Amino acid sequence: MDIDLQAVHARHPAAARGTTALRGVSLNVRAGERLAVIGPSGAGKTTLLQVAAAALRPSSGQVRLAGIDPWSQGTRALQRQRGRLFMAPQTPPLPPRQRVVTAVLAGRLPAWSLATSLRSLFYPVDIAGAHAALERFDLADKLFARVDRLSGGERQRVGLARALLAPATLWLIDEPLSALDPTRAEQAIAALIGVARERGITLLATMHQVDTALAQFDRIVGLRDGAVAFDLPTPQVSRDHLLRLYAQHEDELDGAPGAPASPPSATPRPVAMHCR
Amino acid sequence: MNTTPPRRDPAWLGRAFWFGAALALLWPMLVATEFRPWALFDADSRGPTLRFLGAFVPPALGGEFLWLVARETWRTVAIATAGITLALLIAIPATLMATRVLSVSALSGRMAPVPAALRQGLRWALVLLRSVPELVWALVFVRVVGLGPTAGVLAIALTYGGMLGKVYADILESGETQATRNLLANGAGRLQSFAYGLLPQNAAELTSYTVYRWECAIRSSVVLGFVGAGGLGQQLDNSTKMFAGGEVATMLLVFVALVALADRASAWLRRALA
Repeated sequence: MDIDLQAVHARHPAAARGTTALRGVSLNVRAGERLAVIGPSGAGKTTLLQVAAAALRPSSGQVRLAGIDPWSQGTRALQRQRGRLFMAPQTPPLPPRQRVVTAVLAGRLPAWSLATSLRSLFYPVDIAGAHAALERFDLADKLFARVDRLSGGERQRVGLARALLAPATLWLIDEPLSALDPTRAEQAIAALIGVARERGITLLATMHQVDTALAQFDRIVGLRDGAVAFDLPTPQVSRDHLLRLYAQHEDELDGAPGAPASPPSATPRPVAMHCR
Repeated sequence: MNTTPPRRDPAWLGRAFWFGAALALLWPMLVATEFRPWALFDADSRGPTLRFLGAFVPPALGGEFLWLVARETWRTVAIATAGITLALLIAIPATLMATRVLSVSALSGRMAPVPAALRQGLRWALVLLRSVPELVWALVFVRVVGLGPTAGVLAIALTYGGMLGKVYADILESGETQATRNLLANGAGRLQSFAYGLLPQNAAELTSYTVYRWECAIRSSVVLGFVGAGGLGQQLDNSTKMFAGGEVATMLLVFVALVALADRASAWLRRALA
């Protein structure tokens, strides 16, 4: 699926009025391309991903996914289009009491009927598929473990394995490596890029690790203060580009990964019981 | 420097005022409710009270009576269970439609006006259902379907349907919703997102609340029995009117056992789902 953004302005719904996360971003991604979005914290990387995922409606500007403006269609068609892309947020969205096999298979939901998805809760419909996806991330032994028994890094890789089962031709992945140690990160990004190449999937990932982004992706987009600073094939990205992109944020450039987002609290808040 | 100690606590006046005001407010209420605790210890009422309480010992343990109690206990449990099951038939669809977490339009900003109005309307309908006490529903249904457990079941179903629907929707909205919203944003349907995101996230809370409500239904079916809705409550009413203290004592003991049992069941279920 190709992406076409024209002069997009967008603001996160929870953000205060007047603060704009994206100011006039134009970006064109051809189908099957793999690119990384880099930039200092607060540059608008996540917002860009959400706009491209048709999860956030831009306040002005044009979004086209596979040539269609997602916001021009009805809810049903919009959900169908959302089913053809896969967005992975930075904190893996996994219910703690769910089993890994269910969490991974949840990626297939857009392709399943309601009856199939309910049947899969009684007996997993595609154990082989879930196993193959987890194997890519070296987690095959955790197939039937519960999510709350996993470490933060394992949870993140389960979230990525879900992408492999999604019926998607566009992957939008936010900080896929934020909770992984360098070896695991290398392996995870190689798995993602490998599968994307095999299946011709468009891959747009935001990255905090600049050297990994430069080593693995063909195209790099530098984002700063909600605007595109540069958009170049990787060989043309110079140290100078990076220094300007990360000015006043040099610590983020030199390897130090951004602060990992806190995992969602596993213990649910207590429920008020009322009865006479 | 030599200062004289303060003559009195500056907060004293305010404290005295509020104490007086509270008394002045409380007095009319005590008069309105005819609060006369000393009437309990009147020589006239002391005798009958003590006799009635004294009759509690020993509890009635006759074979025929115990068999009756067992049958009526079973009927009470059946009323509560059937009532809760019917209530779930009201509450579950209402919850799924009313909870804001499963709104597709709310994913990207504000919820669209039509679904927002529908959700609000449903919440008002649930308020209506649960604001009529089950006792009133029971009185209505006793007229419609006659004396017996059916009236109790229907009364519990309506009131508890409203309560469960509201509390379920609140539980679903107050928990972590990121997993569900991500599934919706990736194109899954509402019911799919519920089954794969919202339900596993909140299953333990929902179950424990439902079991607790079942316990409440058992207790409230007793009250309903007094207006002729069947079960242990109706027998309790009969025995109280006949001043058969031993029978009342036996039935109260059975109640304590039932409530304790519900408590254990809830704890066990919560552990199993935790």
